[in-house]
Amino acid sequence: MSSAAVQTATPTQPTGKASRTKPADSDRSRAENSLGRKLVAPAIVLMLLVTAFPMLRALYLSLFQYSLTAPEERSFVGVDNYVTALTDPLFWQTTANTVGIMVITVAFELVIGFAFAMVMHRVIFARGVIRTSILIPYGIITVVSGFAWQFAFSNTNGFVNSWLPFLGDDFNWFASYESSMIAIMVSEIWKTTPFMSLLLLAGLAQVSEDMIEAAKVDGATWFQRLFKVILPNMRAAIMVAVLFRALDAYRIFDNIFVMTAGANGTSSISFLTYRQVIEQFQLGIGSALSVLLFLSVLVVAFVIVKVFRVDLASARQER
Amino acid sequence: MERRPRRPVRRALAATAALACGSALLSACAGGDSGKPTLNWYINPDGQETLTQLAEQCSTDEYDIAIQLLPTSATDQRTQLARRLAARDSSTDLMSLDPVFVPEFANAGWLAPFEGDLADQVVDDDVLAGAAETVMWEDQVVAAPQWANTQVLWFRRSLAEQAGLDMSQPVTWDQVIEAAASVDGATVGVQADRYEAYVVWINALVEGAGGSIVEDTEAGREAEVTIDSEAGREAAAVIQKLADSGATQPDFTTSNEGTSLGRMFPEDGGPGEFMNNWTFVYKNYEGTIGTPGGPADQEAFEDLGWARYPRTVEGEPSKPPIGGIDIGVGAYSENLDFAQEAAVCVTSPEAQSALAVNDGLMPSRASVYDSPELQEAYPADLLDLYRESIEEGGPRPKSAFYSQISSAVQSVWHPPTSVSPESTPEESAEFLRAVLDGEALL
Repeated sequence: MSSAAVQTATPTQPTGKASRTKPADSDRSRAENSLGRKLVAPAIVLMLLVTAFPMLRALYLSLFQYSLTAPEERSFVGVDNYVTALTDPLFWQTTANTVGIMVITVAFELVIGFAFAMVMHRVIFARGVIRTSILIPYGIITVVSGFAWQFAFSNTNGFVNSWLPFLGDDFNWFASYESSMIAIMVSEIWKTTPFMSLLLLAGLAQVSEDMIEAAKVDGATWFQRLFKVILPNMRAAIMVAVLFRALDAYRIFDNIFVMTAGANGTSSISFLTYRQVIEQFQLGIGSALSVLLFLSVLVVAFVIVKVFRVDLASARQER
Repeated sequence: MERRPRRPVRRALAATAALACGSALLSACAGGDSGKPTLNWYINPDGQETLTQLAEQCSTDEYDIAIQLLPTSATDQRTQLARRLAARDSSTDLMSLDPVFVPEFANAGWLAPFEGDLADQVVDDDVLAGAAETVMWEDQVVAAPQWANTQVLWFRRSLAEQAGLDMSQPVTWDQVIEAAASVDGATVGVQADRYEAYVVWINALVEGAGGSIVEDTEAGREAEVTIDSEAGREAAAVIQKLADSGATQPDFTTSNEGTSLGRMFPEDGGPGEFMNNWTFVYKNYEGTIGTPGGPADQEAFEDLGWARYPRTVEGEPSKPPIGGIDIGVGAYSENLDFAQEAAVCVTSPEAQSALAVNDGLMPSRASVYDSPELQEAYPADLLDLYRESIEEGGPRPKSAFYSQISSAVQSVWHPPTSVSPESTPEESAEFLRAVLDGEALL
C-alpha cells in the first residue's frame, strides 16, 4: 500500500481555522503512534518505577513515626511529622540558610561567570588553554573541592589566613556561623562559576556582532554596548543560567557535609533531611522533610520562572 | 553493505563480554573454586594488618574469612553497615562495631545473639566489666568484645612539675585547667568539635559527677532524660571554665583526637599540654620520636606522663570513657554458625594480645594485660591504668535511639564556648525530650 494513497484519503477540516487545527490522523499515523507508544511503554514504566515509586513511598512513610532501629515502635501519626517540621525553628533556619546561600552564590557566580564568559569569547591567543583553565574547577568533584577548601581555610595547615593580613594566623574559620558560611560559599562559588560561564558563553555567542558593530559606529561606549546591546540580547540565556544554578544551589549538600557537618547552624535543608534519614534512621520525619524539600524546589523553580519571566522556549530557540 | 563484515566481529565481542561477565558472576556466587564459603568481615581501619593476619589464622577448612574495609569515621561506618543490614544483606557475616552501635543494631534485629556455650565463651569472668557491659542487650549477648578503649590524661611531666600539680594523686578538671593556665603557652587538649567524641567528653563529665545523660534507656523513646541535674551543671561548669581560661587550644571548638597531638611536643619547644585522649597516644608518640610533631628524642618521650581521667568534682571518682570494638554477627548471614565460631576466634586472648602489641588497641580481657608480650610492650603502671579505667569507666547511654541522643546533646552543647551551667543542661534536657518524642528536628 502506498503512503500517498493513505494521505490523500485523509479528510481535511472545512473550517476557516484550518491552518491552526491539527489534521485528523490517518490510519497509518495512528498505527505508527500506537506502535510508538508500545515501544516507549517499557521505558515509561521503568521511569515511573525509579522516579514515582520513591516519591510515593516517601509520602507514605512520612505519615509514620518510624525509626529503623526500633521497627516495633512504628506508629501512624498522620500529618504530625509535617506539623513538627513546619513549626520547628530549625526547619526555617535551614531554609533561610539555603535561600541565603542560593541568592549570594548565584549573584557572585553571575558576575564572575559573565566576566569569564567575556574572556573566553574574546580571547584570541591560547584560547584552548584559557578556556580549559577556566573550566577546570567544574571538573573537580564537589566533595574533593570541599576538602581542598576546608584544608585551605584550616588554621593549622591552611593558607587562607596567611593571604589575609588583617586576620591572625590562628583565626578559626569554622568556629562561627558567619565565617563558616563564607568558607562554604567561597567553595561553592569557586566550584560552579565555570558552569555559569559556560552557559553565558553560549548566550554571548548568539549576540549578533553586527549589532555590536552598529552600536560602536553610533558612538556607544563599552558600557552602553554591554548594557544596551549585549545583555538584553542574551537575556534568555542569563535567565536559564540563573534558573539552573539557583535550583542546583538550593540543593547544596556536599560542601556543608565536608566543611562543617552542619556545625554552628550551617545546615541546609538537604543536609537536614540527610541527617534525619541517613544518620538518625528516622524514616518518618525524614520522609516528611524530603517531601517538603521536593515541594520547595518546585516553589523556587516556579518563582524564578514567573518573577524573572524565564522563557525556556525562546532559550531553546523554539520561537 | 559496508557494515556487514563487521557484524560477526561485534557479535564475537559481545559474546566474549557476556561470557566474561557471566563467569565473573558465577565465580563470585560460588565463593571460590572449592565451594568453601567466604565470610565477610567488615572492619574499621584500626589495626588493619593485624586484623588481616587474624582473618587468615581464623580461617578453617570449612570457611575462609575475607576482610572488607569500612570508612574511617564512626558515623560513616554505622551508616554503611546499617544500610546493608536494613536491606537484609546475607553477605554481612562479621562486623566490627563501635560499642554505642550495638544496642541500636541489636534492637533492630540485625545482630544474631550468641547463645549457650558460645555466649559463655564470649563473655566470661575474664572480660573487663566495662567491655562486657557494651555487648549485652535485653539480657542477651549480642556481640563479642574484641578490644577495649579508654581515655586517660596524658601530660608532660615537666609541665605538671612547673605548674606545681601533684600527678600521683587524683586530679580534678579544675586543677588541670588552672595548672595549664598558669604556665605560659601550656594548653588543655580536648575533643570539642561537633561530633561523637564531644559527647564522649560530656558523658564522662556528667558520669564523673555521679549523674547521667539519660536513664532507663531500654524504654526506648520513653527513657528518662536526666541531664538537667546537678551533675549536668557540674559538667557544664568544667566546659565553661576551660572555654574561659587561657588554656584552650586555637582550634578548641573544632578540635578532635588528632589535632592536639602536635601540641604535646611543639617544635618551638613550648611547655606542652594536658590532653585527654585514647590509648593509642602512647604508641603514637613512641613511633614518632625524632619526627615533626613527635618527641625530639627518647628523653623527651620519657617526659610523657599519664594519669587517670580527671575528676569532675573533688572527692567523686572519675568515670573514664569506654570505647573499643565489639564483633557482631549479621542476623541475615547465610553461615551463622561459622560466623559465630569465627567471632570467638578473632576475639581470643591471643588475638587481643596481638592487637595490643602491634596497634595499641587494648584488650577487653583482664588476663591479657598480664601476658609477657604486653608487659614488655608497655610500662606496667600504664597497663594497670588502662585496666582500671576500663573496669571502672562510665559507658555512654545504651539506647536504640543513641544516635538521636548524641546528636541532640551535640546541637545544644556546641560550640563549647556557649556552654553555661545555668542554661545548657536545662535547655539540653528539654530538647532531648522533644527529640525522643519525635517533636523536634535535629
